[in-house]
Amino acid sequence: MNTTESVAELSPADQKIMNEFLEEHQLFFGPDFNQMQNHRLEARTARENEAISKVNDPHLLNQVRGRIQSSLAESFRMIEQMGAAPGAKWGDLVAGIFTASGDLSECSPWGMATFSAVCQYPIKFCNKYWTNDPSVGLKDGDGFIHNDPRYGGIHATDQSMMMPVFHEGELVCWVSSTIHEGENGACEPGGMPARAESKYDEGLKMSPLRVVENYQIKRDVLTFLQNSVRDPKLQYEDVKVKMFAVMRTLDRVRSIINEFGVDALIAFLRRNLEDTETEIRRRLSEMPDGIVRFPSWADSSLREPCLIKLNMELHKKGDRATLSIKGSSPQMSNRAINNVVASTKSFLLTGIIMQVWPDLPRNQAIISTFDFESDYPSMMDCDYDATLSMSISSAFHYLIKPGQLFNKLLYSVPLEAKSRIIPAVAAQYNQPATFIYGGLTQHMEVTGNFCADINGAGQGARENRDGLHSISGCFSFMSDTGEQELLEEELPMVRLVAQTLAKDRMGFGKYRGGAGYEQMMSSKGTAMWGFMTGQTGSSFSSCPGLFGGYSSSAYPICRVKGINVFEWLKKPGNTERFPFDIVELMNKQPIEGGVYTADDAGITFELTTEGEIYMICQGGGGGYGDVLERDPELVMQDLLEDLVSHQVATDLYKVVYDKATLRVDPAATKQARDAERKARMARGKPYKEFVKTWTKPTPPENIPYYGSWGDNSVIYAGVGESRITMPSDKMHPVFMPDPREVQMAKLKARIAELEGKGK
Amino acid sequence: MKVLITEYLRIDLDTEQWECRCCNHVIGPARELYKEGTLVYHRDPREIHPPLLDEKKYAKTFAPDPKWCAILEYYCPGCGTLIETEYTVPGHPPVRDLELDIDALKAQWSKRKEEKVHIAAGDIPTPARPRHGQSH
Repeated sequence: MNTTESVAELSPADQKIMNEFLEEHQLFFGPDFNQMQNHRLEARTARENEAISKVNDPHLLNQVRGRIQSSLAESFRMIEQMGAAPGAKWGDLVAGIFTASGDLSECSPWGMATFSAVCQYPIKFCNKYWTNDPSVGLKDGDGFIHNDPRYGGIHATDQSMMMPVFHEGELVCWVSSTIHEGENGACEPGGMPARAESKYDEGLKMSPLRVVENYQIKRDVLTFLQNSVRDPKLQYEDVKVKMFAVMRTLDRVRSIINEFGVDALIAFLRRNLEDTETEIRRRLSEMPDGIVRFPSWADSSLREPCLIKLNMELHKKGDRATLSIKGSSPQMSNRAINNVVASTKSFLLTGIIMQVWPDLPRNQAIISTFDFESDYPSMMDCDYDATLSMSISSAFHYLIKPGQLFNKLLYSVPLEAKSRIIPAVAAQYNQPATFIYGGLTQHMEVTGNFCADINGAGQGARENRDGLHSISGCFSFMSDTGEQELLEEELPMVRLVAQTLAKDRMGFGKYRGGAGYEQMMSSKGTAMWGFMTGQTGSSFSSCPGLFGGYSSSAYPICRVKGINVFEWLKKPGNTERFPFDIVELMNKQPIEGGVYTADDAGITFELTTEGEIYMICQGGGGGYGDVLERDPELVMQDLLEDLVSHQVATDLYKVVYDKATLRVDPAATKQARDAERKARMARGKPYKEFVKTWTKPTPPENIPYYGSWGDNSVIYAGVGESRITMPSDKMHPVFMPDPREVQMAKLKARIAELEGKGK
Repeated sequence: MKVLITEYLRIDLDTEQWECRCCNHVIGPARELYKEGTLVYHRDPREIHPPLLDEKKYAKTFAPDPKWCAILEYYCPGCGTLIETEYTVPGHPPVRDLELDIDALKAQWSKRKEEKVHIAAGDIPTPARPRHGQSH
């Protein structure tokens, strides 16, 4: 039988009618794919052209810039002082201002630039979909709230408030504030569930939603939001806080308009972006042309151990550069560590600001200047069905990649260009090492959130000095680790040790990375409490060194279960026996009857009983340069400050000294270091000979592996016989088996084996 | 003319060779990967990050797992300086971390003065500011 395929061809008139019908009857305003993939600046508008033609005096524009910056700094401080979320109290927030088209033009000098950089996407969504929708519209006094990362965001725990600013009926800009709120009603308390297996486990997900009208919070909408989370008071307070902070920015913007005119404002917001792009192109042209590569591996999906490749290349030519993440892991749809690409780009933007050009305006042009390549869908450019709630676990790798890549092109720039960069710096610790908690407080309130210890990461070593200890999160300078006493007033948690710097766990080198600190947490006075963590890097060091410096160490989670340390401490003599040190506590096991474990640092939420001990480390920064070049006196100082052990000083740094007086023997040290250099030359193999036996064609069979191996265009996923390979341009998402089912299958097989033996 | 590329590497633009900044050893052609002229050693990560927890008691000890993580150390064949470390998966091809366009580099530096000493960005002396004579 012959068949003929029939294709309906519409006349232009019919096509027009159909297009109009579809436009008017859109079923669902989901995330706009094209908008979400586009990190470029919007085209300059006719209105911006007009404003720039009227106001072109750089001094005047600089005055506007100063006002805007101080206004955003003021809003930041308002939120920090008033916010209820732990993240708000210690710096995980930001305030921003956007052009009328939605491009981020400037954000507050402190806080999370990442938040503002992703906030432009929901603003652009509002512009495109709500402006002309008769049921929504944009009016003076409107405030839109948003937290669904699929419309632009990192993960659903961050909530933004965005307000359009009108002047004489004209939309002239947008202003916003964002806080890492924490609790959002997800399947695990605290807003970042590692156990989430779909977006429906992630809790409250707000597409851009009007919650403020005529500068008043709409109580019906707010009540819905409060009803969706475990901490309704927090939800109310921080909606108010964000709204009033944004309204303060709005007031300041109006005063700028009154003083300088609306054209000056519009001209500044646009020129600030275009000038930043121009400056970045100038700086790129000062760097050598070439390709720099830096892959890294996460060692866990937070549900199971596996190696996840997170790839990155920088291709630079003239005043143009491409950031490529091709070759990275496929999307793991039912694991919480995927990222929408807008989020990945915003992390890169933050990394560029923090490690390369901190003097540039903190705006969208930092990333819009670059070309970008990725595989879609993949872990760092996932589709809208992937789970994202713990995206930061993989995304934090991308916060430090700009430093690792750019340093190899920036080191050689001539002296006159040095004022436009910072000293080469190894990676700051790049995992979210903190406790996420939830349950019933001593005040009988249900809550869930995270500890500000995430802001205590060690800085990477610099080319001219050591890294600073526990300086801040790698995502934001000027953030703090909080006051434990305040935390204990509100929450049933007790910190058993002070923030003791973690000995021997920073990156070693000519200059050493800054140390992180130990966290030893227990619960007290609660009927129900639990912890989870979202840290990887227990088998594979996460935080790299630079130019011969070593990475920082691996970090497990240590637990002592089945005990009540508070009861134990009451017994005579036990306070003296308690080590106040993770390593000593775990090795000596002084608390009788305790179950001591050290596991992969990422754990899903688990209930704890009073007095059980949970321990993690905030990580150290990477080292810089050859360990044998470290000044022996600096090694002695490290010993004096209990940062390193005698083993490290002797075996690694090869310093010869008197252990009692810490007096260096310079001649013997030189001899030991010369001997080590000779030993290196003896044990090292010529590269071509080495790779013959070293390089394997595929990843190790027995390790679950996700991502490319040598060739970016071939992607591996899985382990053993079940491993699949796929071309990167036809990559599909992977689904991971339920770890409990895997474990049960193993146990059942074991039971069957034992029962078989018994017969 | 020589250009200082990293802490331990420079390129001689005339000979187009990578050189060690510590001992002047000629490492190899600048149009090739510098690693090809180095000595490589597969270092067990536990030697750098010693297990702090008792390995008999715990699977995780603060040391990376050598089955998952290897350190490749790249030494200068002339003096044994540790030029680069690479944390990788056992068997993974060494990363081609730095490939420079030598022709572009020559063109770029043809307009610049040679810099024999590297000064870190943070160590550039700031010009002295003019002092005002007033006192309060």
